[in-house]
Order: sequence, then C-alpha cells, then structure tokens
Amino acid sequence: MTTMTAGVHRPTTPRQHSGAGRWIREHLVTMFGILALIYLFVPIFVVVLFSFNDPTGRFNYTWVRFSFSAWADPCGISGMCDALLVSLKIGVLATIVATILGTLAAFAMARHRFRGRAVANLLVFLPMATPEVVAGSSLLTLFINLGMPLGQTTIFIAHVMFCVSFVIVTVKARLAGMDPRLEQAAMDLYANRVQTFTKVTWPLVLPGIVSGAMLSFSLSFDDFIITNFNAGQTVTFPMFVWGAYQRALPVQINVVGTAMLLVALILVVLGRLIGKLRAR
Amino acid sequence: MSIAAALPAGGHHAPSAGPTPSSRSKFTPYFLLLPAGLALIVFYVLPTLTLATTSLQTGSLEQGYTLTWHWPTYGEVLSQYWPQFARSFGYAAGATVLALLIAYPLAYTIAFKAGRFRTLMLTLVVAPFFTSFLIRTLAWRQILADEGPVVSFMKATGLMHLTDALGMTQGRVLATGLAVVIGLAYNFLPFMTLPLYNSLEKIDRGLLKASEDLYANSWTTFWKVTWPLSLPGVVGGTLLTFIPAAGDYVNQQFLGTISNTMAGNAIDSLFLQQRQYPQAAALSLVLMVAIIVLVSVYVKRAGTEELV
Repeated sequence: MTTMTAGVHRPTTPRQHSGAGRWIREHLVTMFGILALIYLFVPIFVVVLFSFNDPTGRFNYTWVRFSFSAWADPCGISGMCDALLVSLKIGVLATIVATILGTLAAFAMARHRFRGRAVANLLVFLPMATPEVVAGSSLLTLFINLGMPLGQTTIFIAHVMFCVSFVIVTVKARLAGMDPRLEQAAMDLYANRVQTFTKVTWPLVLPGIVSGAMLSFSLSFDDFIITNFNAGQTVTFPMFVWGAYQRALPVQINVVGTAMLLVALILVVLGRLIGKLRAR
Repeated sequence: MSIAAALPAGGHHAPSAGPTPSSRSKFTPYFLLLPAGLALIVFYVLPTLTLATTSLQTGSLEQGYTLTWHWPTYGEVLSQYWPQFARSFGYAAGATVLALLIAYPLAYTIAFKAGRFRTLMLTLVVAPFFTSFLIRTLAWRQILADEGPVVSFMKATGLMHLTDALGMTQGRVLATGLAVVIGLAYNFLPFMTLPLYNSLEKIDRGLLKASEDLYANSWTTFWKVTWPLSLPGVVGGTLLTFIPAAGDYVNQQFLGTISNTMAGNAIDSLFLQQRQYPQAAALSLVLMVAIIVLVSVYVKRAGTEELV
C-alpha cells in the first residue's frame, strides 16, 4: 500500500530549493558518513606510513625519510618477536579452549529449555560488561590468594575467561538464526541424529563457530589491560608496545601493526570468496 | 556414535516444539554448559568475591594480608582518588557523546545510502581495528602532537583560542583531557557504530515513506520516526562505549599526563607498582559498582530494560 501511494504522488516538499542547496541538503548526512570513514582511517594511514620511516632518535614520532629497513629486518629489535610468539601461542591455545567450551554452552543455551537459564545468561553477559581493569584485577586477587605464580598459564586462563562469553554469543546468534525446519526435514527424510547433525546442523553452525574463534583470537592477541594484571614477568606483544612507549619506539612496531592489518584483511577477503563459492 | 544411537529417536515431533527441536535428556543442557560454566564460575565469579575480601584485608606485602573486615579502606580510597573517578566518568561520557556524533551519520549512511556498497562499508568500519589497540593509540599521539597537523590547523583557524577558553586545551592538544577523550572515542567507535547500524537497518522503509507522504520534511521525519526507532541502538552503543571507556587507562597513559589520570591508572599502579592490594581492590570494586549504578539508572531512564 505504501509503495502505491508513494508512486501516485511524489511528496511535495513545503519549500522548494535551488539545485545546489537541495543537493547539499540531500547528501549532507552521506558526506558526514564519508568524513567519519576517513577519520577512522587517519591513524591507520599514520601507522602504515611510519612503518617506512627512518627515524633519527629512539622514538619513531617524526617523519625523516622513506626506508624499507624495518620491513627488511622485522625481528631486529630484541624481544619483540619473542613477545609476538608468546601472544600467538596464548592466542591460539585460548581460542581453541574458548571455542570448544563456548560452542558446547551455546548449543545448550540455544537448543534447550532448562532451569537456571536466566542465571546462565547473566553469567555469560557479565564478563562482557565488566571493565577490563576490574576483570583483570579480580583475577589477580584470586591468583594472589591462591599463591599461584603469574606467567603464561595465568594469562591463558584470563584469556579463556573473557573469550568464552564472546564465542557463546556468536555461536548462539548463529543457532538462533537457523531454520529448525531444515533439521526436521532431514529427519523426515530418515536421516538419523548423527547424520542430521553432521550433514545439516554442523555445516550451518560452522560459520558461526569460525567467526567466534576469529573474534576470540583477535581479542586475545590484542588484549593489554587484563594481560598486564596477570602476566608477571611474561611479555606479550601489546605489553612489549607498552614497555617500548617508555623506553624507545622502534619502527618495527609499526611493521607489525601494518602486517596485522594486512593478514586480517586477507582473511576477510578469503572468507567472502569462500562464502560466495559455497553459495553458488 | 553409539551414544547417539542409544538416544530415543524423535524425528517426527510437531513443528510447534519451538526452539527446542532436540530436547533429549533433562541433563543434556547441563553437561553441555558444565565446562564453560565452571570456567566462568572459577575465573569470573570467584575472583569477584576474592576482590571483595581482598579489599577488606589489612597487613603489608612483607607480612601478608589477613581479612579483618577493615571497612575504612573504602573511605580512604574514595577521599584520595575521587578526582580520578570524576575524570574517568567525565572522559568516558565525553567520549561516548563524541562517538555517537561521529557514528550516527556513519551508521545512517551505511543503512540507508550505501546500497550495494553496504558490506564493503561495514568491513571498512571494523578494518582499522584489526591492528593493535596500543599502536592505534600511539598513532593518535603523533596526529595530536604539538607540531602536528591538528594543532597547526586549530591554531591557524583560531579554534585553539575557543577550546583554550573552554578549558579543553592548554595551548596544545596532546596531554590534555581533550586528547584522552578523542582517543577513547576513536578506539571504541565500532562498539557504537555496529549497534546503531543494526537498529537503523531494521527500520521499515515504508514508515519513512509514510511520514514523507504525510508532508513531514526530512528533519521532522528524522526526529519523529528514525531517531525514536533507532533508540535501542543508541542505548546499546552508548553502553558498549561508556563501560570500557570508563575503565580504560591506555588512552590516558599515551595521550594524557600525570596530572589527569583516571581510575584505571590508579588501580593499575596500586596493584602493580605500589602493591597495596586492599586499597587497589577497594578502588576496583568501587569502579565496578559505580558503573553498574550509572548504567542501571541510564537504562531505566532510556526505558529499554529488555536490552540487557
């Protein structure tokens, strides 16, 4: 009905505008939107540009001249690549554990009605709504009270704790958006439970699990505040940057920042391509 | 496989079974929930309790701390650190407003104007956040530097006089509260943009058409139709920005100075440098409670309690 009326009489605006003024009025919001997008990329431009800098002092703050030296020698800074490896290792381990725990819980919460569902929902929601300082410092008090030495294990535990909720929410959303009739149809066609799960449910949920895992890896890899509280003497990559800020800021940090961006963008493009191929 | 085969077959139950097409045993959900639930109870709930008990301990790092239910610690930390708390909430509120002002036109453009570029634009919104949080913030340090482009522009246009008069800058941007607010707003922008986009995208285009047909101009249509319908996104986005911003201290450390520290800086230094655990725990707990109180008042006033 709405389309019909819209088609019959074009809305007559109370005031008529000249061509240019009207164009600006109509596109004002879009212009602000595009400005916002440019604003988002200004710091990224700086990060990428300064990965090609050749600074004179210890701090890579002012532009001197173009150079590939940092890209040619990314591990030339002592400790940085070790820190990267620690971050990668913890990121991978925490992601695997969080994804398994989170996926199981998501199935329970999306597919079953049970007593205590509200409590379970609250338990999943709270860690995401807690500021990182509070979550990090609470865990630290637990480890202090238990007399547990701080290190890679405590960082791993902390990361699993905050990644689980994000996996649960992501997988749950995927399950909720699934048409239950697809599984019923499979069963009507005499597929047993195992077949229905492996041939119908699993392929449909998998994209949700993959995005949950990717989200959890990026959260773990980039986490600073919670890690800082529970790291002891261990240095992850964000903690290396934090320390470097006080001592010396090498160009290699920008090289890693740029490389992270590239890897993530390649993954996004690959994901799109796979999605398109599967849809065909 | 044998377990699955032993389960009762339930292939032909009515479609009205709702969201539980596979409710097998009464205990299945609990088994599935157990590992994650245990992890969250041991490493989220229990730590919150130890945070509370630690805040009531007395003693010293050398002799150890014992629980003495020493409440005065709360009074001490509040009287000592109230300026940090005030700045935490002030900066977080400023950053939330700034992020809303930037994110709303952006989300609106993606939802209503982007057409076939929608997915591309959504990817572009999150792309900057694929790089490290700390490196991004360091880049703002360069952008807002005293000899940098922003300061030059502000000085050339006389804008600096205005912001100086308002007390936002002091002849420079870096090391002021404004720099911290800019950094916070930038770093949490996707948390504002995505919920806004979600609720804008759901708006029935027919309603906008109807408003137009009833001779409302675009301004009236926005305030009477679009804005009220986008409120869930506004509430969600502001919460997702305000909560992490109030607890953050990385932006303050990189873009502020020692004289405008936030609650997060104080908690970090009390725990990790001064090692005064009871004071640190009390401060952390006060921050948590303050945020919960503020958020519940806000959500209640916004009238969208079902949101959280």
